[in-house]
Amino acid sequence: MWQRRRSAAVRVWREFTRDRGGLVSLGVLGAVVLLAVLAPVLTDPAGLDVTRADGLPLRPPTWEYPLGTDVDGRSVLLLTLWGTRVSLLVGFAATVLSVLIGTVVGIAAAHLGGWVAAALLRFTDFFLALPSLVLAIALSSVLPRGSATIVLAIAVTSWPATARLVRAQALTVEGRPYIERAKALGGGHLHLVGRHVLPAVLPLVLANTTLVVGNSIIAESTLAFLGLGDPNAVSWGSMLQTALSSGAVSAGAWWYLLPPGLAIVVIVLSFTLVGRALETVLNPRLKGDRD
Amino acid sequence: MTTSVDTAGPAGAGTRRAGTSTLRFLAGKVGAAAVSLAFVVVLGFLLFRMIPGDPVATMTRDRPTSPEQLARLRERLGVDEPMVRQFLDYAGGLLRGDLGTSYIYNRPVSAMIGERLWPTILLVGTATLLAAALGLWLGVRAAWRRGSTFDRAQTGIALTLWSVPQFWLGLLLLTATQGLFPSRGMRSPDIPPDLLGQALDVAHHLVLPCVTLLAVTYAQYMLVMRSSLLEEMGAEYLTTARAKGLRDDLVRARHAVPNALLPTVTLVFLQFGMVVSGTVTVETVFSWPGLGLLTYEALRGPDLPLLQGLFVVLAGAVILMNLVAEVLYRVLDPRVRAS
Repeated sequence: MWQRRRSAAVRVWREFTRDRGGLVSLGVLGAVVLLAVLAPVLTDPAGLDVTRADGLPLRPPTWEYPLGTDVDGRSVLLLTLWGTRVSLLVGFAATVLSVLIGTVVGIAAAHLGGWVAAALLRFTDFFLALPSLVLAIALSSVLPRGSATIVLAIAVTSWPATARLVRAQALTVEGRPYIERAKALGGGHLHLVGRHVLPAVLPLVLANTTLVVGNSIIAESTLAFLGLGDPNAVSWGSMLQTALSSGAVSAGAWWYLLPPGLAIVVIVLSFTLVGRALETVLNPRLKGDRD
Repeated sequence: MTTSVDTAGPAGAGTRRAGTSTLRFLAGKVGAAAVSLAFVVVLGFLLFRMIPGDPVATMTRDRPTSPEQLARLRERLGVDEPMVRQFLDYAGGLLRGDLGTSYIYNRPVSAMIGERLWPTILLVGTATLLAAALGLWLGVRAAWRRGSTFDRAQTGIALTLWSVPQFWLGLLLLTATQGLFPSRGMRSPDIPPDLLGQALDVAHHLVLPCVTLLAVTYAQYMLVMRSSLLEEMGAEYLTTARAKGLRDDLVRARHAVPNALLPTVTLVFLQFGMVVSGTVTVETVFSWPGLGLLTYEALRGPDLPLLQGLFVVLAGAVILMNLVAEVLYRVLDPRVRAS
C-alpha cells in the first residue's frame, strides 16, 4: 500500500518537473519562504521602528539603502522583506481555514444527499454569489482589528469555490461500484469518507489549495491597503496604503511603490503556475489542452 | 389560450408546454433570488447589529465621546431595544426604502447611496463595455490561431494581470502618468458650465480609473471567449461551411463566433460581483466619488449604518445581476431552452 503510494508520488513529481514554469515557480516560492523565515537572522528588526530609523525620508535607492527609504526614513528593502512574513502567514492561515471549510461542506453535500445536501448547496451558492470584498470588509470592520480577523474574513469569503469543486469530484467517486461494495459490507459514513472519498478528492484539493493561496494573498493586501489590517504589523498592503496616504505616490516615489507590489505579483503568479502545473498532472482530462 | 390550442392542434400544444416550462423556470429563478435577498437582509443584520455586540462602542472606539452623546446615539440606533424588535424595525425600514441614518454625516443612508450611484455606474459601465469588447476581440484572435505566439502571449499576459492587485496597478498608473491625467475626483472646479466642456472634463478624469478596472477584468472575457470558441471549432457545421468554399474569416465571423458568444454575454452580468469589489479599491485610489469610495469612507468611521446600507445594496445588486444572467442565457440560447 505504502509502496504504491510512493511510486504514485514519484510519478506525479516526474510529470510535474516537465512543466518548466511550474518548476521555476516552485523554486521561487521555496526561496521566498526561506527568506521570510530567516528575516530575523539576516536583518535587525530595529530598523522597522519608526523612532529609530536613521535614513532621510523618501530618498531614492543608494548603496546604503538599495531600495530607497520610506516616509519615515526606513529602508524599503527591510520593510518588504519583513512584509513577506505577514503576507505569507496570513495567506497560508486563511487558505488552510478556507480549504478546510470548503472540503468539509463539499464532501458533506456529496455524501449525505437528501435535504441536507440541498440546503448545503443552496448555502454555498449564496456565499459564492456575494461580492467577496464587500463581505470581507464588513467582517473586518465589526470584529476587533488584527491578523486573526483578516484570516477569518478571507476564509469566510473564499471557501465556496473549494466546496463546489470538492462536491463535484466527490460525486464522481460516490457513484463508483467500490463505494457500493463498501456500503454493502457495512462501512459507516466515517469509513466511507475517510478511506474512499477523501483520498480520491485530496489530489484535486491540493492543486486547488495553491490557487487559493494566491487569492488569499491578494485579498490580504487589499484589506491591509484599505486600512483593515493589524496596525502594528508591516505587510505589503499596509506599505502601499502608507504610500498613498502619505503623498509618496504623488511625489513619484516609484522605489516605494514597486517592491511590495512586485513581491505580490511574483508570489501570486508563482502559486498560480504551480497550481496549474499540478492540475495538469492530476487531472488527465486537461492534458493536451494547455500547451 | 385554450381556443388557440384547440385550433392550432399539436403545434399549439407544443408552444403551450414550452410556455409553462418557461414560466416555471422564471418563477423558480425569481424565487431563488428572493430567498437570497432575504439571506442578505438577515446577514446584514447579523453582521452589523449582532456581531459587534455593542455597535455604539464599535463606532466610537477611536474618538472621545461624552456620556450624553453616547446615550443619544444609543437611542437613535435603538440598540437597547430587544433584538427581535430591532430586526423588525430594520426589515420594515428596508421595505420602505429606509436604510437608516449615517452616523458620521447624519443624513439618510439611502440618499447618500443615491447620490454616489451614478458615478459608479458611469465608471463600471464604461469599463465593462471596453473590457468585453477588448476581451472578445483578443479571445477570438487567440482561439483562431491556437498555440501561436499571439495565443501564448495573450494567455501569459492574462495570467500575470490576474496576479496583480487592482489598487497597485492604479497606484502605478498614477505615478507613471504624473500630471497627464487628473489624479483624483471626477470634475475640476474651474471648468466652464457648458455641456461639452463638462463632459470632456469628466472623461479626462475617467481615463485612469477606467483603464485600471479594464486591465483586471478583460482577461476573464478573453479566456472564456477563447475556450468557448475552441469548443465550437471542432463542430461539423464549420467543416460544411468551409467545404462550401467560404473564406476562413467569414466562417469565423458568420458561423463560429455568434455561437461561441453566448457564454461571454452572460459573463457581463456574472462578473458583476468581481467588478463591485474592484470599484472599492479603484475608487479609493483615484478618489472617484462613487459607491466604492463611500464604502471606504464608511470604513474609516466605522459608520455602521452606512456600511450596512452599502452591504445590502451591493449584495442585492449582485444577486439581481446573477438572476439577469440566468434568464438571459435561456432567452438567448435555444439549445438551453429546449432541454
